[in-house]
Amino acid sequence: MSRYRNVTILVAILFVQVLGLAVQVKRRSSADESTRVIRLWTVSAVTPLEKALVWCQNGLGGIWSNYVYLRGVRQENRELKFEIERLRLEQVRLSDDAQQARRLQALLSFKETYIAKTVAAQVIGSSGSEQSRSIYIDKGTSAGVDKDMAVITADGLVGRVLRAFGSSAQVLLINDQSSGVGVILDKSRLQGVIKGTASGEVVVEKVMTDEQVTPGERIVTSGGDQIFPKGITVGTVMKVTPGADLFLNIRVKPSANLSRLEEVLVITKKEDRAPSVAETNSVRAVDILTQRLPSVPDKPPAEASQPSTPEGSAAPKRKDAAVVDKSAGIPAVPGVVKPVIGHKPTTARPATGAPPERAVSQPAVSPPGSSVPSQPGPSQPGTAEDKPH
Amino acid sequence: MPITYTSQEQVEVYRFSAPAAILIPLVALFLQAFLPLRLHFFSLFDLPLLVVIFFAVARRSQVSGMLTGALIGLLQDSLTHQPIGIYGIANTVVGFGASSLGAKLDVENVGARFLVTLFFYAVHEVVYFTVARGLVKLTLQWSWGHEIGGALLNAATAAILFTLLDRFKQRA
Repeated sequence: MSRYRNVTILVAILFVQVLGLAVQVKRRSSADESTRVIRLWTVSAVTPLEKALVWCQNGLGGIWSNYVYLRGVRQENRELKFEIERLRLEQVRLSDDAQQARRLQALLSFKETYIAKTVAAQVIGSSGSEQSRSIYIDKGTSAGVDKDMAVITADGLVGRVLRAFGSSAQVLLINDQSSGVGVILDKSRLQGVIKGTASGEVVVEKVMTDEQVTPGERIVTSGGDQIFPKGITVGTVMKVTPGADLFLNIRVKPSANLSRLEEVLVITKKEDRAPSVAETNSVRAVDILTQRLPSVPDKPPAEASQPSTPEGSAAPKRKDAAVVDKSAGIPAVPGVVKPVIGHKPTTARPATGAPPERAVSQPAVSPPGSSVPSQPGPSQPGTAEDKPH
Repeated sequence: MPITYTSQEQVEVYRFSAPAAILIPLVALFLQAFLPLRLHFFSLFDLPLLVVIFFAVARRSQVSGMLTGALIGLLQDSLTHQPIGIYGIANTVVGFGASSLGAKLDVENVGARFLVTLFFYAVHEVVYFTVARGLVKLTLQWSWGHEIGGALLNAATAAILFTLLDRFKQRA
């Protein structure tokens, strides 16, 4: 009997584990899956070490990059200043579009989900397995992070919080097989579901083969899954091939570099609200239509330099950071004249009390590299820039 | 070939101090979770598996080998988001097999360690895939190139790593 003792023990250990697996697989179907104690212990044992190492690494890296290695900083500074100028010009155009979109939304009583609060977190570890594409971050329930919260970077969507512990959380990446995100293709407005494959690629499913999808098309979240707010960039279409079961096989290049994540943002609070009429400077439908009509000749400069009207100065400021009103004090860039859209005073008059921008009815001049159109272009509904993230 | 058949009396049995027995698997787990973030290619390595093989071969006890494998495997499972037990089962089988082999063969030199790790890496992957697909219904992709590359890489690492870990051995 003792001859088979070890084999018996082996069978017993395997049997217990298989039994445990069976219980878990059965329970996974239920919505409320509690965290196993062994998982909690392991994470509690490993994450403090990871946090300490990341802290040391960042400290040393900071000393090196901020005090020692400053080669090329002057050149980079010049380039960044130029980039800021370019972005300011683009911001003017986008704020026009956004303001117009808000007015229309107010008129239609259109409700939208806004990102109200985010928590910045550092990536401290991974699952250590190629079959489980998940990461650990250094913020948990103590920082307001909870299960099923969306995780993003400045580049795009990363994933969602799968489990939240006291001071850390596990995030399931969008390239994992078990993840699923409702998405919409930016140009064609087709809806689908983004999933990861066994090899770690990202694909869009549930798009019929008779639809037209072109490589390079941007993909954003649709907001239909109630986890990810609408309009977050997910990636771009890389390759489109006919797949099985009448659906296209659409390969996606994620916008966020999922294999080199360092810092992420967890969306801890979302708000569903419609822009109020007050927010849109009490604009009526007729005002919007007036903008589309041929403009009245401009006022002489003497009149234009009068102090701003109460209507302009009392323009309400929004709390959302991503969409900045024109009233936020965008400095005039020499050599650039803003295109005149119509005779509506609020479009060309800053609300900060500063002298109003002079409206000149001559062709707009843009500096090299500027993306501001010389003529007002059509608004771009549905783009991520229109929405405050 | 350096693998030699030895009688039970000739085989040396080792044990490890409690700190070494606890810390070595924990450090392996920690490195496995931390390094792939910085060095992406590191996800090809399986340090916890190498530690299981090392302990099993050195202790030459089947019960100890399979318990070590089960424990390290379960801890490894805890870091993933998948059901706990997939790595546990695979490492239990590897722990049992490696300790059984260690009890019969002298696998103390570099060449033997390379071959043993190569073999048990393959065993581990087969068991893992079988359990993940058969019991948990996970969709996994078997890639021969990836598996062979991983086996060679882990075997080469084991040859070096085991030499370092030999310092923690104590004669039983």
